[in-house]
Amino acid sequence: MKKIALILIALIFVLTACQPVDLDAPAPVFDTGIDPNAWKTIPAGEFLAGQFNEEVLIDYDYEMMVTLVTNAQYAEYLNAALADGVIKIVDDQVMGYYPGDEFHGGRHEERIDAGDYLHVPLKNPALRLTFDGTTFSAKPTWANHPMTMVSWFGAKAYCEYYGWRLPTELEWEKAARGVDGRPFPWGDTIARNNANFLSSRDPFEDMRTFGSRTTPVGFYNGMSYNGYQTLDSASPYGLYDMAGNVWQWTADIYAGQHYRYLRGGSKDVYENALRVWKRNNATPTYVSPAAGFRCAR
Amino acid sequence: MQELLRRFSYLFRSTKGLILTAIALVSLQTALFGMLSGPMADWGIKDIVVRIFGMRLVEMEREGRIIILYHSIAMVVVAIETYMITSLLPMKDQLRIMINSTITVGYLAVLFGGLPFAYWGHNWAFHGIYIAGLALIFFAGCMLAVALFPWQEAYKVTDKQYAHTKAGYSMERIAFFAMAITTLASALFGAVPGSYYGNGFQTFLAENVVREPHKSALDLAVIGHLHIMLALIAIACTLIIGRWMDFKGILHKLAMPLMIVGSIVLSMGTWLVVPFEEIAHFIIYGGSTLAMLAALFLVIFSWRKLIREGLARKGLVKGNLFQSIAALVSDPLKFGATWQMVFMNFTVSGVGIFVAVKLDEIFRIWQFMDERSILTGHWHILATLTATILLMYYADLAGLKGKVRQWFGWCLILFSDLAFAAVTVYEMRRLFVEESVQQPLNNTTTLLGDIGLGAVLLILAALMGWRLVDLFKKRGRWSSEIHHRLNETEVEE
Repeated sequence: MKKIALILIALIFVLTACQPVDLDAPAPVFDTGIDPNAWKTIPAGEFLAGQFNEEVLIDYDYEMMVTLVTNAQYAEYLNAALADGVIKIVDDQVMGYYPGDEFHGGRHEERIDAGDYLHVPLKNPALRLTFDGTTFSAKPTWANHPMTMVSWFGAKAYCEYYGWRLPTELEWEKAARGVDGRPFPWGDTIARNNANFLSSRDPFEDMRTFGSRTTPVGFYNGMSYNGYQTLDSASPYGLYDMAGNVWQWTADIYAGQHYRYLRGGSKDVYENALRVWKRNNATPTYVSPAAGFRCAR
Repeated sequence: MQELLRRFSYLFRSTKGLILTAIALVSLQTALFGMLSGPMADWGIKDIVVRIFGMRLVEMEREGRIIILYHSIAMVVVAIETYMITSLLPMKDQLRIMINSTITVGYLAVLFGGLPFAYWGHNWAFHGIYIAGLALIFFAGCMLAVALFPWQEAYKVTDKQYAHTKAGYSMERIAFFAMAITTLASALFGAVPGSYYGNGFQTFLAENVVREPHKSALDLAVIGHLHIMLALIAIACTLIIGRWMDFKGILHKLAMPLMIVGSIVLSMGTWLVVPFEEIAHFIIYGGSTLAMLAALFLVIFSWRKLIREGLARKGLVKGNLFQSIAALVSDPLKFGATWQMVFMNFTVSGVGIFVAVKLDEIFRIWQFMDERSILTGHWHILATLTATILLMYYADLAGLKGKVRQWFGWCLILFSDLAFAAVTVYEMRRLFVEESVQQPLNNTTTLLGDIGLGAVLLILAALMGWRLVDLFKKRGRWSSEIHHRLNETEVEE
């Protein structure tokens, strides 16, 4: 009898591991009051970069988007870019041209030749956009959430379509932490209601079923949402979501490697990966429900 | 007072007492600091622990803290292995006492200097104590190498069943000696970059720089150091288990040269990572293959022996398949020690080889964070698996008998392997599930991992509790263990 009970328990565990995940499980809809079209200026000057606070000079002013690019913004872009012929649909994928990178023969370096590359996979169930054959739309619940399932090529193409660009890693880091060497955009320590990270208990998360999901851009602004009180977690320059929610693609292309770097941590990592100097990287065609971007100019 | 002194003498002067003290301290350390990460942090236990103990965790210093924690745990394990070696192998008593006392003071200094420095603010006096502790352990290692020097008349083998040179010198002693020498050199290999990066607290974890295309010589030295130290701790563990099993005969004669050459080649391979990274990997593969082959011979020998002894206890000379298997697993502690070596191939070596072979095709397509989780899981499993093997040996030394031995042994095997298997699936999860639908798999593997590790910690706590209670008895087991040496066989059923 005991053996049967043990086998049953083991079976339940295995079956639990295989249960399907409802990616369209209902989610609350909140207006954060933060304008995703807003920009902030980061003034020229030195700042403390990296884990060990090395002084680095950025000798020009630049602007960064206050929030991550949203699903609604990206859908709008896709419609315009498709109409302009900048992007195309091939095999249920949004594709676009990239002129290629110089190949340096670095260890494990892959060639990135000129050609069409994946921007967004349309059939992936994790995508928060719909496409009816002619028009892209953001799924209503997710319209003000960060655009995800977008490759580095797709992020770059969005920014460049409007005459902007992806921020470099250093620009991103300065915008995130200001000049005083803090580890998080808002200060020295992190609480669960500072940002969206693994098991941060936000209203969009259910770790028993679908796990952690994105929060609307600018969610952690000190507002209370149906009793869930957030802390105002803007960076010193007033940028939101510079830690957690989704990893953010940056612009740099380094000699000898094909990887592109992401910053900021995400909903799927522990809080230590939200420290502003932490880096992630992936091939430029990598797409993830935990990777998005914002632009600079 | 006299009674207290006797217990102190047992805990800090006898081999079994020293091992017990070290295991108790490393258990407490693991229990306390294990509450600062993973699911314990999820459940809010980390916050409580930090508040209760008044820890000061500065974000910038996380990597440095972890490095000190890893070293603190590793130094206790090194001390435990040293106590076992000094007791198992013949050597001069004076040297044995000097080695054991030096390494004991060393690891205590590492624990009580390093951890306060890392977790309770920066009192540099504590850092000094930590470094002094590491230096003492290194010095104890030098003395161990001297004590183990194999080309001495007194240590020639008398029983020709044990591997020996033509002149009669013990090949096993040479293997221990080679392990000690390469460990000392590999410790220096880490000490140099450690001094550089530690000066200013500019520390990094090796798994964080794995995709950096250009690593400095010191970066490579750190990476080489951590790999070889873990490998050499595992090799020392294998040699110790070989002594426990009384490894001898033809397989011993085949295994010992392989272990000697394997240790040296493997170590040289990791040192060569600095100047010749690409070629070094092939040398490492060569060295580890030899060492693993030697471990395989030990497994074959010990399983044959366990079957033979198990059948003999039932009055049989030869048994059928089922009788042989029953005989093999009849003593879970002795079976478990070598079974864990086999299991290591599924969770560490096999995974490592698979990742290396498919690196560009699969793993480098993933985001770095996913590759990092494999690396971290991989070596955590290797380290913990080695610890379970040593724990099985200690449980035997501690005198577990009958049903308690069966329960302890089987719980340790099953729950630790459950945890290791779950962690292996978790770290490789991207092979099985898409990122967007990973949560159920994450939940199941995390739960199984926690159940496994939690159960192991509980049975370890039970063992420690039993031994603690024993210390309060006037004529407890401790009183008869004061003068025990590990190479003295206790015949008791």
